[in-house]
Formats: sequence, C-alpha cells, structure tokens
Amino acid sequence: MKNFGYTRHTDRQIDFDATDKRLYQFVFDLEPSINLCIFCGTCAATCSAGHFTTLSFRRISLLLRRGMNDIVKKEIENCMLCGKCQLVCPKGVNTRNVILQIVKGIEKYEL
Amino acid sequence: MNYNHFVIPFAAGALILFAILVARYAYWIVQMPRSDRRKAWTGFFRPAFFRSLWEVFRESLIHKKVFRVNAMLGWMHMSFAFGWFLLIIFGTIETKFHKHKVFNMPYDPIFLRYFEHDEKQFFFSQGFSFVMDFLLLILLAATFLAIFKRIRSRFFGMKRTTRLILGDRIALYSLWSVFPLRFLAESFTSGLHHNGGFLTGTAGIAFSSFLPLQQLELPAWWAYSSALFVFFVFLPFSRYNHIPTELFLIFLRNCGIKTSGRFSGFTEFEIYSCSRCGICIDKCQLAEVRPQQTQAVYFLQQIRRNILQPQTTFNCLQCGRCTEFCPVGIKADTLRSIKRTDYSLEYGFSYKYAEEKIPPPALPVDVGYFAGCMTHLTPSIKIAMENIMKKAGVRYHFIDRDGTVCCGRPLSLSGNERQARLLMRENKYIIRNSGIKTLVTSCPICLRVFRESYDLGIEVLHHSQYLLRLAEEGKISLKPTDAVFAYHDPCDLGRGLKIYEEPRMLIARCGELLHTQQEKNEALCCGNSLADFVTPEPRKQEMRDHTLQELLLNNPDALITACPLCKKSLTYGSNVPVKDIAELVAENQ
Ligand code: SF4
Ligand code: SF4
Ligand code: SF4
Ligand code: SF4
Repeated sequence: MKNFGYTRHTDRQIDFDATDKRLYQFVFDLEPSINLCIFCGTCAATCSAGHFTTLSFRRISLLLRRGMNDIVKKEIENCMLCGKCQLVCPKGVNTRNVILQIVKGIEKYEL
Repeated sequence: MNYNHFVIPFAAGALILFAILVARYAYWIVQMPRSDRRKAWTGFFRPAFFRSLWEVFRESLIHKKVFRVNAMLGWMHMSFAFGWFLLIIFGTIETKFHKHKVFNMPYDPIFLRYFEHDEKQFFFSQGFSFVMDFLLLILLAATFLAIFKRIRSRFFGMKRTTRLILGDRIALYSLWSVFPLRFLAESFTSGLHHNGGFLTGTAGIAFSSFLPLQQLELPAWWAYSSALFVFFVFLPFSRYNHIPTELFLIFLRNCGIKTSGRFSGFTEFEIYSCSRCGICIDKCQLAEVRPQQTQAVYFLQQIRRNILQPQTTFNCLQCGRCTEFCPVGIKADTLRSIKRTDYSLEYGFSYKYAEEKIPPPALPVDVGYFAGCMTHLTPSIKIAMENIMKKAGVRYHFIDRDGTVCCGRPLSLSGNERQARLLMRENKYIIRNSGIKTLVTSCPICLRVFRESYDLGIEVLHHSQYLLRLAEEGKISLKPTDAVFAYHDPCDLGRGLKIYEEPRMLIARCGELLHTQQEKNEALCCGNSLADFVTPEPRKQEMRDHTLQELLLNNPDALITACPLCKKSLTYGSNVPVKDIAELVAENQ
C-alpha cells in the first residue's frame, strides 16, 4: 500500500444497537450491582492478578457492557477471586459475584 | 388379650414409621464410605458406645446445649423429650407388673388405663398412677409452653422462630394434641372406673359430674390413637425426624466419623438431624439485615426437600456461628461449602501465569513471611511486621514481597475447588522451595488453607502466635501503656482455627483489654467475609456497624484485630483507630 505518512487504525466505534448484550443482561439480572460501576479503575490498581497479567476488573466491566465478550472471556480466566477489588470499590460493586456470573453466562451462552 | 379397634391407628402408624426409618437408615448406611462403615461397626465394642449413651442422655433427653441458649427453651425441650421418655419407661414397667408377664402387646402401655380398671392389683400400683400422672402433667405443661412459644417467642430468648412448612405444621399440631387427648381419654375412663391418679382421677370425677362419659370415653381414645397415628406418619417428613436420627448421628460422631469433603451417608444423618429449633436464625447476622431465608435451618430444609437454590448456597458468611450454637452440633457451614462444589465451573479459570513463575532459590533462613493478598491491601500491617522482625534481629524471607498468587481459599469458597488447587500447587511449590522451617502469615484466610489443605510439613503460624513467641523469648519487649483496647476475633482465626488467646495475651502486654458482649467463639463477623457472594454492599455495612457497635460499647481507645480483611472492613465504619495486632506491637516495641 502507498505510504502517505500516517497509519490507519481499524474502526473502533462501538455500535450499541448491534452489540451482544446477552451476557451483560444475564449478569445484571443476577448481580445488579454491576450497573453501579463508574469505571474509576480503583479495582484495577489493586488487582492481584493484574500483577502478572493484563486483567483489570474495570476493563471487564467496560467490555462486558460493550458486548466484547470474547475479550472478557479471555481476560477473566486470570482472576483468582481474591476479593481485593471488591474491598476497594467505592461504589460497592459485588465484583466477585459479577465474575462468577460472567463465567456462568459464558458457559450458558457458549460464548 | 386386650383389644379394641382404636388401637389400630396407633399400631399402623408405629409400623409405617418403623418401616420408613429402617429403609432410610439402611440406605444411608450403604451410602457411607467403607472406612466410615467399619468405624461404625467396631464402635459398638468400644468406649465410643458408652460415650454416645451419655451424650444421648445429655443432649437428646436433657438438652444441655439448649439450656445454654435459654433456660425456658431448654426446659420446654427437656420436658418433652425426657418427660415422654420417662412416660414410656414407667408405662412399660407398669404394664409388666399389671400383666405379670414379660411380654405384652406393644400398645398395652399406651392404652393401659382403658384396659385395666382394677388398680389395686399389685404392689406400688398407687405409686405408678402418681408417677404417670405427674409425667403427664409435665408434658401438658410442655405443650402449653410450646404453644406459647409460637405466640411469644421472645420469652424463650428467640427473636425469630423457624417458618414451618406443611409437614412440620401437621406434625406439630398432632404433637400438641397428643398429650391433652391422652389426658382427656384417661380422665374419662377414670371418671367411669376410678382408676386414675391425682390428675386424671380428680379430672375424671369433675368431668363425670357434667359429661356423658359413657358416650365420650371411646371417641376420646380413638382421638388419642389417631393423633399418635398422624404424628408417627408425618414424623419422617417433618422436623421431628431429628428425634430418631440424632441418636445415630451422636453414635457415628463418637465413632470418629467426620463431615469430610463430600456428601455421603453420614452427611444425610447430619442433615436429617436438624430439629428446626431455629436457634441458628438469631445467631446468623444475615437475619438482621436481609429477609431472605438463608440460615442454616433453611439451607438444610431446602436440601431435605430437594429445592436448594444457588442463592441460598452462596448467601452465607461461613462465619460458623450457627455451627457454634447448634444444639445438635450440625456442621452447617462445612455442609454448605461442600454443597458449593456442586456449582463448580467446568472452564473459566486457568492460571497459566502462575505456572510460568520461577520460584526464587532457597535462602539460608528459617522463617518465611507470607503477607497474603489482603495484607498487601493494608500495607501498614506488613510494614509493622517487617519493622518488628528487623528490630528483633530475625532473619526472614518475605515470600510474597512482590505479591504472589492468591492462597486459593477465596476461590475454593466459591466452590471451584479444582481451580483453587492450581493456585495451591503453585504456592506450595514456592514455599517448599524456599527452605524455611516456620511459615508466618498475617492473614487468617491464608493460615486456614495452609493448615487445612496445603500439607506443608512445616510449622505454620499466625503472626500473633509468632509475635507472642518473640515476646516470650525476650526478642521483643513491649512497653505497657494506659490505653484500653477492645479486640475483634476474626472468624477464620477464632472459630476457624481456635486461636483466641495469643492476640489477647499480646494486647494485655500493651495495655488493658476490655471484654465485649460476644467474644471468642461467640464473636460476630466483620460483615465482609469473602465467603458471601450474594449480600449487597449496603447490607454488609449494616452488619459491620452492628458488630462495631458491640465492640465499641465500652469506649476503647483503639480497636485491635488480627486479620487484614477485618481491619479494612471495620476501619471504614469505626470512629476509633482500628489496628492490627502487628501494628500495636510495632508501636509499643
Ligand atoms: S472500583 Fe468499582 S466502580 Fe471503580 S471501576 Fe472497579 S468496579 Fe467499577
Ligand atoms: S478478585 Fe480477581 S479481579 Fe478482583 S482483585 Fe482479585 S484477581 Fe483481581
Ligand atoms: S441447624 Fe441446629 S440450630 Fe439450626 S435449626 Fe437445625 S438443629 Fe437448630
Ligand atoms: S455460617 Fe454464619 S452466615 Fe452462614 S448461616 Fe451460619 S451464622 Fe449465618
């Protein structure tokens, strides 16, 4: 391709009408506190698994809402359910149950 | 032979009950692991048998542990159980005297007054009438108390009573009617034939003055026999199933059989021994903040009815208070954690990064310090520990200085035991490779899983135990102050591992330790247990505030605890400083 002196990124626009909300809805029904998340990132700062991997609960929360379930599935494998994120969350998101329900939802919808 | 058609309901009921129980118990015994069955068979010939008899007397008849909860409640349970037991014993002996025979029909003692009118037949028959009437009086009083308890449970020290299901209700009402009906039937017969004791005799004379006893006598005996029929038939499907089952449970427990990692015949005995007394409801802090029926009694009830909900299974702090107070000694918290493994996930978690980590080479030190995730979240504790050990001149190896993989207990509390094993294997490898002889941890959650599931083969201590050892060896000296402290027992450290004294002894060296209302094995949970997956955050805070209220009742200068999670949880709601025991020691060193 001709080099015009700049790169083109792939389209990162999220079409909320087309996203797969099944997983989010499933989790929300069982653990409504997921809706309280303000994506502040406090949980990410303290994450035990984040020490070794790219896991961050904030990202999980965000990606879940955007319906990017394949990344959620991959990232969540690293969580040890240690609970640090839950203790620091300023909004009282029940993070560990959210994670358990996500994994269950992934099994249910075979994502 | 004495016979009247009204014995049929009683006899049929008793036979049905017997058949159901025999079938059920045989099935459970077959389901028990072979090793457990062997223990049970040999138990008959060992002191375990006599220990069981003594325990049956103490707990199934006298109900000592219920007395510990409340005297009125204990009295009610005792008069039903021991009173009825004596009634059966004396009734049987009385019948044997009457008949001058060793063998008689099994229903004879129950309906003796109807069949035998001549009471001066044998030596001490007057005495028997008196005793039988006295026991009946006690049972009538117990029935009255039981009805009263349903209306005003607070008189019995209970804020809440168990919500009963249909089978329980029918059995309950039939039990309530058994003794009043017996009283009526015996009084009516005595009114006609003058064969009653002080109670039924007097009542008989009174009744005969205004009632047509000739017509009423037989219906009364029919009613009495029918009430027994209903009670017997519903017993195996109701709370009263605990009466026969508990005897087996006590024996099996005395034979050394324990609740192990999975459900078996033994756990069935345990589950069916719950009397739904409801003592565990008030003791459960969740009952204060949420209306959901999730306490031990409801959890066991749902298992028995085969309608267990995941919500119930996962809505529990695993604080162990229900087990602590249960008069039957049912390990409901352990049963719940076993039940959680039914929901374990097939895929979902994998810890490849843990396997890729290379453990550091062994160091020439004896002591290893493992802070744990939660201590990394409350860094003042690990700083305090490092300062103390440095000052004391201890050479140690900080195993998870840069953070490590989690100990695995939070994961196994979610039922995912297989995945938790992956983390455990990793930590075990690191700890084994470090060459240490003593492992010290600041986190009771880690400590519990290290001791119960890791099989490390080295000494594993909580930091309070280790610090006390340093103090006793004179490696650290603590300056006493005028400050007064209250101490919060963490669930995993206290009820979980029975470590109550070490932190208290350390506090006593630094100042004055106040007593709190419920302490040691009765201590409340901080509310933030990692075992509970369901309770919303605001409700957890309510529990925490209630716990704090009790702890701070005597206005201590600081609140001391021995768990980083408790510290984190309590700090948010406390108006006095909350410190870990290590921080207190570091400050007073
Ligand atoms: S700390 Fe709580 S509110 Fe903040 S991003 Fe994490 S989950 Fe969301
Ligand atoms: S529970 Fe999972 S996401 Fe939360 S801090 Fe621990 S490892 Fe990270
Ligand atoms: S679990 Fe124990 S305390 Fe609770 S209702 Fe059953 S017998 Fe009573
Ligand atoms: S372990 Fe604690 S939270 Fe769970 S049922 Fe028993 S008392 Fe309630």
